[in-house]
Amino acid sequence: MAKTKCRVVVRSEYCKGCNLCIVYCKKGVLGSSEELNKAGYHYATPDSEKECTGCKLCVLVCPEVAIEVYGE
Amino acid sequence: MSGNHAFGEAAIRAGCRGYFGYPITPQNELGEYMAEHLPQNGGVFVQSESETAAINMVIGAASAGARVMTSSSSPGISLKQEGISFLAGFQLPAVIVNVMRGGPGLGNIAPAQGDYFQATRGGGHGDYRTPVFAPGSVQEVADLTRLAFDVADRYRTPVMILGDGMLGQMKEPVEFPEPLTDLPEKEWALKGRGEGDSHYMASLILDVMEMERHNWELVRKYQAIAKNETLYESYMLDDAEIVAVAYGTTARIAKAAIKRVRKEGVPAGLLRPITLWPFPKEPLQDLARRIEDFVVFEMSTGQMVEDVLLSLEGKGRVAFHGRPGGVVPTPVEFSRILYREYQRQVKSEK
Amino acid sequence: MKLLNKWPVYYKKDVVTHYCPGCGHGIVHRIVAELLEEMDLGKRAVCVNPAGCAVLAYKYFDIDMIESAHGRGTAFATGIKRVRPDLFVFTYQGDGDLSAIGTAETIHSANRGEHITVIFINNAVYGMTGGQMAPTTLLGQKTTTTPGGRNPKFDGYPLHITDMIAPLPGVIYAERVAINGPAGIQKTKKAIQTAFQVQVDGLGYSIVEVLSPCPTNWKMTPADSFKWITEVMAKEYVPGVLSDKRGGAA
Repeated sequence: MAKTKCRVVVRSEYCKGCNLCIVYCKKGVLGSSEELNKAGYHYATPDSEKECTGCKLCVLVCPEVAIEVYGE
Repeated sequence: MSGNHAFGEAAIRAGCRGYFGYPITPQNELGEYMAEHLPQNGGVFVQSESETAAINMVIGAASAGARVMTSSSSPGISLKQEGISFLAGFQLPAVIVNVMRGGPGLGNIAPAQGDYFQATRGGGHGDYRTPVFAPGSVQEVADLTRLAFDVADRYRTPVMILGDGMLGQMKEPVEFPEPLTDLPEKEWALKGRGEGDSHYMASLILDVMEMERHNWELVRKYQAIAKNETLYESYMLDDAEIVAVAYGTTARIAKAAIKRVRKEGVPAGLLRPITLWPFPKEPLQDLARRIEDFVVFEMSTGQMVEDVLLSLEGKGRVAFHGRPGGVVPTPVEFSRILYREYQRQVKSEK
Repeated sequence: MKLLNKWPVYYKKDVVTHYCPGCGHGIVHRIVAELLEEMDLGKRAVCVNPAGCAVLAYKYFDIDMIESAHGRGTAFATGIKRVRPDLFVFTYQGDGDLSAIGTAETIHSANRGEHITVIFINNAVYGMTGGQMAPTTLLGQKTTTTPGGRNPKFDGYPLHITDMIAPLPGVIYAERVAINGPAGIQKTKKAIQTAFQVQVDGLGYSIVEVLSPCPTNWKMTPADSFKWITEVMAKEYVPGVLSDKRGGAA
């Protein structure tokens, strides 16, 4: 059975667009949003097509504890 | 017992559990006394690397709820001013003893009273005041040290005690009250959040409106201290026609001078402030209703005299006689001043 | 689907930090909060945070904290730990706080072997005040007070304070790590955990120096800041265990 895909959720109002998660995500799941959050940052946003393996590198490098990873 | 030792013993009996200090003459014996006796009484003694470090250790220990003390002499007290301002801002209790010496600069190790402004006007930054006690004897060193710890805790404020090199070194009989044992737990102290909420202590308040509220809150505290804690001694004032104003060692010399001049028909008396802040303003104003002449004696170039002038608000005549730099005046010297000022009064009345 | 990364209990959730995007403080804060939970220290912890960028750290940590006067954190911590040895006391300081104005307090608290842990964030500049030179600014590094790059003839050399105090007998554990990528971040957590354990075991003083990115004042992107730490800063401040006297070895 294929490993069920994990899911990344970004608390967009807490993200400051530092893009570290985008740089370090091996699967290119995260990208920069078009819209701005209230603070005026392009926040990180997951691309549902891409397959997240739940490795949590994004969580590791995020300075704002703004990323939640869901999986089995 | 010497004044310096009495500071230590009184502090231990008042439940002081942390002493942080740095050697400086003429108060070394206080630190030495604490090094020997505090640990035996369940307390901690740390000789710090500087007076600056010492006052910051005091802040830490005070924030954890302990009764704490530091002591130094004039130059060292200058190094503690930022810390004292922080204690005031944090509203943390602590006792700071200054055994004053000649100044400014390195000065010397002789007794002096040149730190009056620094102590009573708040030597650090920001609007704050510290209660300042001025013992005149070794017995008062013992009594005022206990009181200082009590006032510090009751109002959650740093409290200063101004001694001087002579008071610190000289020995006199002294009786100590029983040691305090069960001090009340301080709810506000930092002790780890445990199961409850975390709390923090910060003197940084970026919101100016809140900082203003904090300042006015401190002012209300200072008003309460002024109302309840002002102390002074009246000596031979009932029939006095000329009033000496002096504190600490200088007051003792003034008393001797008063006894001398009274034999020569000069009805002199003494008002001795015991709290330099809050300054005993009302008693002076009362005296000014019936007495013209005031003579302020200090071992400085004149600092408390300004508080006397402020208190009298222009009433009466205020003369000043001071000996700065560590010179200790004599009773004869003061007698001559009192005699001269009284003659001036008699002439002006003719 | 369940959440794989649990929220660190001792870190406040509904607060956006004031730190700049990509600042190392945020990462180290999370690491400390996670460790306080994993090592069950949060209930008896008291953190002394500095004057500097982390002056508002008490808004983010959910433990007892006190904000020190600039440079005096280790003196505050000495006072706290001495009168309440049962508390878990650690300071969190910047390079200016710890190795400029606080040099004497840093050296002597280490020399006395105080039973505290020091977390030393080294980002080579004064962040809060806008990027001035710090004792740890590298040679040639441009800051607002070394516009032409740090010149040793006038500005002296990068100070290696942790290396200076590491050999002191009072220092039981001293390590330098770097926030320069996932591996470095994991090493940072390991190092702080080891340092915390030194205090928990009552062995004495421990310090962890963390090379930390300051994108705003370095005028780089966060990702480039990580690279700069690896390629430049870590050459001057080489990560590694500087002293480990846990077994009593020197």
